[in-house]
Amino acid sequence: MAPQTGGNVQGVIALDPPQLTMAPSAPTVGARPASPTSEPRWVQWLLIAAAIGFLLAFLLLPLLLVFAEALRGGIGAFLAAIREPDALAAIRLTLLVTAITVPLNLVFGVAAAWLVAKHEFRGKRILVSLIDLPFAVSPVVAGLVFILIFGAHGWAWPLIDEGVQLSLPLLGQVHLQLPKIVFALPGIVLATVFVTFPFIARELMPLMEQQGSDEELAALSLGASGWQAFWRVTLPNIRWGLLYGVLLCGARAMGEFGAVSVVSGHIRGRTNTLPLHVEILYNEYAYSAAFAVATLLALSALVTLVLKTWLEWRHGESLAATHRH
Amino acid sequence: MSSVPNPLTPPVGGARASGRQRRVLPGFGLSLGYTLAWLGLIVLIPLAGVFVYASGLGWNGLWRIWTEPRVLAALKISFGTALAAAAFNAVMGTLVAWVLVRYRFPGRRLFDAMIDLPFALPTAVAGIALTALYGGNGWIGRWLEAAGFKVAYTPVGITVALVFIGLPFVVRVVQPVLAETEGELEEAAATLGAGRWNTVWKVVLPTVWPAVLAGFALAFARGVGEYGSVIFIAGNIPMVSEIAPLLITIKLEEFDYAGATAIAVAMLLLSFALLLVINTLQARLARRRGGT
Repeated sequence: MAPQTGGNVQGVIALDPPQLTMAPSAPTVGARPASPTSEPRWVQWLLIAAAIGFLLAFLLLPLLLVFAEALRGGIGAFLAAIREPDALAAIRLTLLVTAITVPLNLVFGVAAAWLVAKHEFRGKRILVSLIDLPFAVSPVVAGLVFILIFGAHGWAWPLIDEGVQLSLPLLGQVHLQLPKIVFALPGIVLATVFVTFPFIARELMPLMEQQGSDEELAALSLGASGWQAFWRVTLPNIRWGLLYGVLLCGARAMGEFGAVSVVSGHIRGRTNTLPLHVEILYNEYAYSAAFAVATLLALSALVTLVLKTWLEWRHGESLAATHRH
Repeated sequence: MSSVPNPLTPPVGGARASGRQRRVLPGFGLSLGYTLAWLGLIVLIPLAGVFVYASGLGWNGLWRIWTEPRVLAALKISFGTALAAAAFNAVMGTLVAWVLVRYRFPGRRLFDAMIDLPFALPTAVAGIALTALYGGNGWIGRWLEAAGFKVAYTPVGITVALVFIGLPFVVRVVQPVLAETEGELEEAAATLGAGRWNTVWKVVLPTVWPAVLAGFALAFARGVGEYGSVIFIAGNIPMVSEIAPLLITIKLEEFDYAGATAIAVAMLLLSFALLLVINTLQARLARRRGGT
């Protein structure tokens, strides 16, 4: 987007340097106080004050409070809460789950976006709606779904409990047994993958649609194979959008609570992720410790926000149109 | 089936500039197969499992669970608070989007970046922070309680948590639409003698309504199922401040799989139906305004 057009310098109260975001009808500086295409100044200030007050009460203060509460018991207590073995185990598990979830959704996201953005076929809209489905499902229901299948009363339980003997041609007798899924790592990963399912796909689809197929077609006509066109043309074109999607997916994967809470079983030191550890500490009235562990998650959220904002400003032109500033 | 688009991205699969290229690029079969297999394995088959399980209960069984007073109360609280929070967000989110797009003030970029905090901050962290903030001893709760207004451990507290969770959905959907409204229309209205209030109300806002409604729908859909940020501030008193997702986990802990499944099915059906209504309404609005 062009930063400025003509003499339309924006903002009556332009205390900030001119912004990149276009406000086409914003009034001109030094215009008549009662410009017909802007509000009176006192109305502007009133609206700004209302918006800031609202954002303070609902966004900024809760964030500040996490850090204030965490440090209330002193820095020693803060460090002790983070270094406790159960907390360390929770950190490791959360990172492990995220490290498994994000690549799974990354591969799916790229495949789905390649399919939807580069090809025409019937039922495309329905497919996109189905990919969006996890957005509309409560995380708790997402967890329940896997309990019904893999839990102690689930359909797949015999497969996990005893396994099945299959007699296959050529291979002979094969014993098929699944590992424990619910109340163990696989269940936590499954639930997290479900909840973050659409994140990367939804990021890449509009981006790849905007970019069209011309560059890939050019590569093919010059003799590149399909895979070469993908690795050398498509992937470099979508790399920033991909990073953006990975960022959002990772943030949600690290913080997922409802779905993981249902399938994890809350076994301390073994199936407790960081958010679950926060809950347990809080419910045991160990408030300072709960907030201390919560600061780790809050910090990672802040890093995510900073990176995301940096991507929008620095590489906005290679992101889907709605993220450009 | 209602589509719930990611608020950060426009809908996909609509009109395309280059619709003529039919399967020119390779990889159609591979990506179709992989996408369908993974979608089926992770999302569709497990979700279908819930409905299969529920059908085993029969209509009578389902109805008996749905009409239990505690279940009914939980569903009412979940949908009521989610609607209230989405409505509040529709108003305040539009106001925030307006201020961020139209006005310049110190710290604007910071506030703009902060809008996405609820997407990034884990819900459990948001939950304990909001509870501490709005509780009787909290920075804000203290003043509200002195004024005789109790927030934490009431349905109002649930609504506060859902406002936090739903805010970015409204702002991020309305913001780009507001930025693209044409200044010429406003100038024309002003030239024709319309007052500023009239111009905003009758010229600017009508172009934004479909986006506001879309944001409302997204915030609502997210709010109905929200768990992590709510359970801390809700107080979880049965019949008063117990949300449906929490009741599902309680039933699961009692090994009452039938009860948990019935509530889950009720939530899924109700929110799909509501989203369908909202999507239809939004499509009609957009059509009447000549699309946005």
